[in-house]
Amino acid sequence: MTAGLAVGVETAPPAPRRRRISPTWYWVAAVGAVAVVALVRVFTGANDLTSRGTVQAALTAAVPIALAGLGGLWAERAGVVNIGLEGMMVLGTWGAGFAGYQWGPWAGVLFGLVMGALGGLLHAVATVTFGVDHIISGVAINLLAPGLALFLSKVYFSNAPGGGQKQSPPIRDAQHITVPGLSSWLETLERKHWWLVSDVAGLLGGLTTQVSLLTIIVVLLLIGSVFVLWRTSFGLRLRSCGEAPVAAESLGVNVYRYKYAAVIMSGALAGLGGAFLAVSSSQFRDGQTGGRGFIGLAAMIFGNWRPGGLATGAGLFGYTDAMQLRGADAVHALLLLLCIALLVLAVVQALSGRRVIAAVAAVLGLAFGWWFLVTDALPPELVGAAPYVVTLLVLALASQRLRMPKADGQVYRKGESG
Amino acid sequence: MTGATPSSQIEKHRRFSARAVLLGLAAPVGALVFAALVCTAILVVSKHSPADVVDSMVTSAKRPRTFVIALNNATNYYLAAVAVAIGFRMNLFNIGVDGQYRLAAMLAAALAGASFMDGLPPFLRIAMTIIAAMAVGAAWAGIAGFLKVTRGVSEVISTIMLNAIATALVAFLLNPNRLAVLTGNDIHTPEITAGGQVPGIPYPGTSSATVHGLIIVAAAVGVLYWFVLARTRFGFDLKATGLSESAAVASGVNVKKMVFLSMLLSGGVAGLVGMPELLGGAHSYSLNFPPGIGFIGIAVALLGRNHPVGIAFASLLWGILDASSNGLDVSGVPKEIVAIMQGVIVLSVVVAYELVRRYRVRLEQNEVGRALGRTQVPEAVSS
Repeated sequence: MTAGLAVGVETAPPAPRRRRISPTWYWVAAVGAVAVVALVRVFTGANDLTSRGTVQAALTAAVPIALAGLGGLWAERAGVVNIGLEGMMVLGTWGAGFAGYQWGPWAGVLFGLVMGALGGLLHAVATVTFGVDHIISGVAINLLAPGLALFLSKVYFSNAPGGGQKQSPPIRDAQHITVPGLSSWLETLERKHWWLVSDVAGLLGGLTTQVSLLTIIVVLLLIGSVFVLWRTSFGLRLRSCGEAPVAAESLGVNVYRYKYAAVIMSGALAGLGGAFLAVSSSQFRDGQTGGRGFIGLAAMIFGNWRPGGLATGAGLFGYTDAMQLRGADAVHALLLLLCIALLVLAVVQALSGRRVIAAVAAVLGLAFGWWFLVTDALPPELVGAAPYVVTLLVLALASQRLRMPKADGQVYRKGESG
Repeated sequence: MTGATPSSQIEKHRRFSARAVLLGLAAPVGALVFAALVCTAILVVSKHSPADVVDSMVTSAKRPRTFVIALNNATNYYLAAVAVAIGFRMNLFNIGVDGQYRLAAMLAAALAGASFMDGLPPFLRIAMTIIAAMAVGAAWAGIAGFLKVTRGVSEVISTIMLNAIATALVAFLLNPNRLAVLTGNDIHTPEITAGGQVPGIPYPGTSSATVHGLIIVAAAVGVLYWFVLARTRFGFDLKATGLSESAAVASGVNVKKMVFLSMLLSGGVAGLVGMPELLGGAHSYSLNFPPGIGFIGIAVALLGRNHPVGIAFASLLWGILDASSNGLDVSGVPKEIVAIMQGVIVLSVVVAYELVRRYRVRLEQNEVGRALGRTQVPEAVSS
């Protein structure tokens, strides 16, 4: 992750790729996952596991996480670690509050994006131009941004109508859209509580009912990022700065400029994530981000520095986030899901010959299963920790599959090749 | 690195020169001045008077009571900064000090407030509390250390995750059904009775605030930190690993062991962070317990350049800034101007250190060139 110690990192070159997992397999895995969740729902009777309300809440929770993760992806693909995502998000929430209450939600979104980009610019100046350690600069931004946001909030919102020292006046929400006809048909289907059919109906229902226009824009941004980073020469050059900056430079790529572009983009996306938080909850509040910048970073690592993976991670973390507000039995069923996931992981690791890891995964999985059986409720305070626990488990048990950009986190100076 | 003989001569020659002292001070002083300028600009733009702010803060800082609060804050910051610095010295980034101290303070508070402790002699109670806190901090940091050495998981990521998990755990345990009690609307761990408290040290001029007694522990940790780093083999290995991992491995340092041990040490010191406040002031852990000290520790360690004395000055500066900012809100200026100033100081001080470092390298290259009787443009000498 950083230019820190290399100890413990598996330095052996990865074994020649056996076979690329084809897109079909991802679909099979996704359908399989839904089927398992559906089975758990039928078994536990926790209908909230796949209800449309849960899916809607999960989507709303996942969007800021995905944006932060996408911000992290842009920066890290260009070789700059961005721990400051959280701070840039905070700036975004303030920007959205400031412009949002005066000129409407879309102005808020735009201004939040600009504020985040400014945070990104600061990070770029420190890390790219001055060669400051990326983590240190990020930590400094995380210290600076909340103070700045609260200062500005006290200056601008204290005397505004409906505002306060720590919150902005209300912002109108962005438009929501529903697919007519389909949505109500899916609802009747969901009410039947049939295995798999009702679950898929709940899933699709949540995705087609009252979806914020902002969410759709975010999905487009995600697809757009895939296209720009993997299908254009700009993206190829940007990623080459994260893999081998010296080689890129020798081929005439202006590494500094690409890193600047990537980190500013990263900040803008994080700021947009903050703006989404403020707009969708109708105002700026102090401490609104609640560590989502860090969850975004976790989602990106969970997703192996790839957009599809990070979207999956954000969806998963958004889902657990949404679960905290749903019924206690649904929360409890999460334990069983975690148990199943760990046991599957154990089997996969055992098949590739990693016995110790497989054993650890199996033991942990059984422990979660036992926890599920002997209790009948999971304390809601602990559910908030789920994204972090899952990420730690992935890092600890499946890290051989993770591959970050090679020169990620290393300070690069023009003309100083090793 | 440049050739051994000339550079070491230069090193010796330079260590005591006025220029070296000036260069060493240039970065922190420059950063402070720059931060002051930025804050002045922000105040002017937001239509506040910078002179009034300075006046209010200086008046406040002169009060003995404010100074005592500043000193108590500084004690916490100092411990957190030493915990961070232990990692920094060997290129390990313990971002998790924050989670480590909160979990440690919470569990130690629960132990110290437990009823069975009442019968024990005070010294034993205090020692048990402190040891428990250190053990919890070390264990929480040890998870990150273990993952690092066995699975190569970056300690930055794992400690960020552990911070968040600690937050959830503390929220879970701080519940009347578990380790906490409810008085009125306040949820907190059982109050530590008189025998388990550490009495404060009175300070002349104020009777409403006392200096935390455990400031002595902080000072001892500082001395110990210096001694271990400068006078023991362990400290040498630690610094060597930080400067060049491959060289350390080549000279027989077991890096894995060092990583794990220094993570435990860092976590142990992090466990101490909450103790002066817990045993000297709050006497119980509640949601009002000061948060975020771990991150302040990172800033203070950077400003103090991981040096025990430098950290002491930096933490005192931070403490005074914080304590004297409390009066600002009353006078109509958001006190967050101090938080902005602190953030700018950290960011500009690391930039300034980097600039000074580059300048030093240039100077050294010039001097080597001169010593070797060749004058070359600095860029042509590879670093």
